[in-house]
Amino acid sequence: MTQQRHMYRLVTLLLLAATLTVGGCGSKPPKPSSTAPTETNAGASAEGANATNAAGAALGSQEEVGGPQAGLLANRIVYFDFDSAVIKGQGVDVVAAHAKYLAGNPQARVRLEGNTDERGSREYNIGLGDRRAQAVRRSLLLQGVSEGQLTIVSYGEERPADPGHDEAAWAKNRRVEIVYLTPAGQPAAQPKP
Amino acid sequence: MAAQPTLNIRRLWLPLSLLLAVLIGAGAVRAVHAALQIEITSGVRDPIPIAIVPFAPAPPDDGGLDVAGVVQHDLEGSGRFKALPRERMPASPARADAVTAADWKAAGSDYVVVGRLTAHGNGMLAVDFDLVNTLTGVRLATQRFTGTPAALRNAAHKVSDAIYQKIVGVRGAFATRVAYVSVDGSPPTQHYQLIVADADGENPHLILESRFPIMSPAWSPDGQWLAYVSFESKLSGVYVQLVRTGERRLVSARAGINGAPAWSPDGRKLALTLGGSNGNPDIYVLDLTSQSLTRITDDPAIDTEPEWAPDGRTLYFTSDRAGSPQIYQISSGGGGRPRRITFEGNYNARPRVSADGTELAMVTLEGTNYRIAVQDLASGALRVLSRGRLDESPSFAPNGATLIYSQREGARGALATISVDGLTGLRLKAQQGVICDPAWGPFGT
Repeated sequence: MTQQRHMYRLVTLLLLAATLTVGGCGSKPPKPSSTAPTETNAGASAEGANATNAAGAALGSQEEVGGPQAGLLANRIVYFDFDSAVIKGQGVDVVAAHAKYLAGNPQARVRLEGNTDERGSREYNIGLGDRRAQAVRRSLLLQGVSEGQLTIVSYGEERPADPGHDEAAWAKNRRVEIVYLTPAGQPAAQPKP
Repeated sequence: MAAQPTLNIRRLWLPLSLLLAVLIGAGAVRAVHAALQIEITSGVRDPIPIAIVPFAPAPPDDGGLDVAGVVQHDLEGSGRFKALPRERMPASPARADAVTAADWKAAGSDYVVVGRLTAHGNGMLAVDFDLVNTLTGVRLATQRFTGTPAALRNAAHKVSDAIYQKIVGVRGAFATRVAYVSVDGSPPTQHYQLIVADADGENPHLILESRFPIMSPAWSPDGQWLAYVSFESKLSGVYVQLVRTGERRLVSARAGINGAPAWSPDGRKLALTLGGSNGNPDIYVLDLTSQSLTRITDDPAIDTEPEWAPDGRTLYFTSDRAGSPQIYQISSGGGGRPRRITFEGNYNARPRVSADGTELAMVTLEGTNYRIAVQDLASGALRVLSRGRLDESPSFAPNGATLIYSQREGARGALATISVDGLTGLRLKAQQGVICDPAWGPFGT
């Protein structure tokens, strides 16, 4: 039984890189080089001017702001059990506090960001994170918040609060974050599917 | 925006000076600070012994690439071949008629590959190779590929494809590309990159970078475009981007989820997941020319991860309408009723169908482990191929013989391949950070 097992040694190019940042697969690409072949100029950046498009323009007014900080309002995170979108325990009180604030301040706006732990399929987790954000949204609406104050996004497993890979980390990552946005102006209407 | 990327794999024997020359020539010296490690994790019990003789060069401008080295790397990386070390080669022929078959047989090789580069005019190069059976002395294949010196690596992969097809009987997928996502850091200082590289991880090009998530790259059938999800506006959007030029277009930024794009086989439509402001993700088909949107599913469950059947008539997708995620099939024209495809276990998601439409790859939950499985669509039989704990995102090679997927090892994320017979596999590993969401591109032309 000779299971073939080759370890391809690699010439780590670390030698060449004096300008290290922490990172591996997510390492930064080299800056544009005047000698770079044109074919390498195919990249796009999502930062800055290149991001100007329908979505970017529409969302330009949604800058994050500090928002209210008194009492429970300082708590912006609602946690969930595994495979659950049920608001529980302290989450109920946190949502109620924000509902009261938002209902009393109709110019205030928030983005509800749904998140999951890392297990399972990425796009399916987008769905699960969305389900959690929708649960918070429905609860806020029932408590007098108006629809126009709320924006929903699900990041699925993409933006963990805790980068660990155990149940303790996962429990921190199954969450909805309530992010206050600048109250000025109105978000541009987006077409519904 | 220049985008000379950062990932490089080199065999140890590749002279460092050559490596430096290649990198300098590509303008990639600055900020190259990460390398993918490649290792074979499993191979067949009796790999085919083959000798790949260094190709005769064509000075002065032959691209500076060790073509035979690339071919050797490809064939050994498939897990099905074992190459004769160069120091044990009895001779250095460049043509089939210069091969003394018995000498190579005596050196233990069943096959020998010889080749040469020649200047072809207008700065073009020709790569010729011959494949000889050492037992019979018969020349099994001979072929010429021409191109610019810059395209030499691709030509080398095409040599590998031809050899693989002749000996194994399946078209090789070495001259193909893979798109994947790399993630570095933690929120709020995440750094996402969408990268396209050769199937062996070499020659990486940056397609997009962002401080916010990039997900779900999907190739157009002609290999010219990528569709993907970007959260660069902090909300989700589906974009399509021309790989060669970087030109891109936002095709969906509706309220709620915009996700999981998949090109129709004719390249004219995208299937995608839209949530709407009230949630409830469902599958839609977007006509890229007319912008018209057709609703495919309408269910309070999570319906997502659409995948076209090769004939374009149906879509596979993930839904938890029965309480746990399972895979269903539905007409791609709208108005159909879904048919459930998976029944084993309580988590089957992210379907990907083989090019011949006979097999469906997916993420399945086995005990507490998320693994890659393949279901034979005719018999319904499911076989689990991977052995990891958090395996995700399977994607078929265009020849249907191999899958690429992402895996976790502690904090590291790596890409791995596994043959659909489960016999051979390899791993492409970043030194730090996470690489994920691989999508294997179509055959080149």
